[in-house]
Amino acid sequence: MEQGALLTGLPAAFFYLFAFVAVAAALMVVSSRNPVHSVLYLILTFFNASALFLLTGAEFLAMILLIVYVGAVAVLFLFVVMMLDIDFAELRTGMLQYAPIGALVGLVLLAELVIVLGGSSFGPETVGAIAQPIPDLAIRENTAALGDVLYTEYVFFFQLAGLVLLVAMIGAIVLTLHHRRDVKRQDISRQVARTPETSIEVVEVESGKGI
Amino acid sequence: MEQLLASYLPVLIFIGVALVIGLALMIAPFIIAYKDPDPEKLSAYECGFNAFDDARMKFDVRFYLVAILFIIFDLEVAFLFPWAVSFGAIGWFGFWSMMVFLAVLTIGFVYEWKKGALEWD
Repeated sequence: MEQGALLTGLPAAFFYLFAFVAVAAALMVVSSRNPVHSVLYLILTFFNASALFLLTGAEFLAMILLIVYVGAVAVLFLFVVMMLDIDFAELRTGMLQYAPIGALVGLVLLAELVIVLGGSSFGPETVGAIAQPIPDLAIRENTAALGDVLYTEYVFFFQLAGLVLLVAMIGAIVLTLHHRRDVKRQDISRQVARTPETSIEVVEVESGKGI
Repeated sequence: MEQLLASYLPVLIFIGVALVIGLALMIAPFIIAYKDPDPEKLSAYECGFNAFDDARMKFDVRFYLVAILFIIFDLEVAFLFPWAVSFGAIGWFGFWSMMVFLAVLTIGFVYEWKKGALEWD
């Protein structure tokens, strides 16, 4: 797609539809009473964001958003919501108290967006200086274009991602894994290795006395 | 671009049909169902007892561990897709960079297996 080209016609209509639903659902995330409903609205937001990715031609990102965020992260959020034993109605009462912080974060994000999007109008030559220009979809599809540079040009960041995943895995295990001592576990090699000699004991019991 | 979006038309039709069916099933009871509520009918029912407790209770943290481990391997597989698609273009360097990535995560996998994180109890 040409730089700065605007969507027209049907794609534009769908952009407004998805964008509107995404914003509405995001509002419901913060305003709905039940936290489980919040997570469900968050899933709706993810779906719409994925549709917006598709409209820009970023096919791979759209599908990854669905698989990782809807399929896994949202489930994790549901777990967290259900795991915390908090009276959520009580939690809601202090919502306005956090509004200034939320507004501040929103303003920072807005400023960043304006700087990124407005930057090209201050220096039009920066548009041509992109390190990895997106190839035309007709020539190389999006997923392949990502793969072309991710494993070669950006191999350092790729390996870093692997290390971050390793740290996350080990961290999760260290923090949450604890075996209960009071349950009998199956230990197949030990069970198979048992013989009558090691497991049966013949005891001569005298009458009138216990073992 | 138009071609790409046109290939997603069936998904759009699917969402539309799902929306219509879902909304129809939700709205139809409001219109045609017989309603005669009373407090006893609307109260929580627990096999003839009065409800003991709130339905929300603490989950075991192990569910969380399983979910996190799932996400990590989910991401690992997600990284395999662009690699497979552009396999012919990235050559041996790309191949070995993925092998190193997989090896790093296999270290974690061996660790979690040996620790018994995959066993429930």
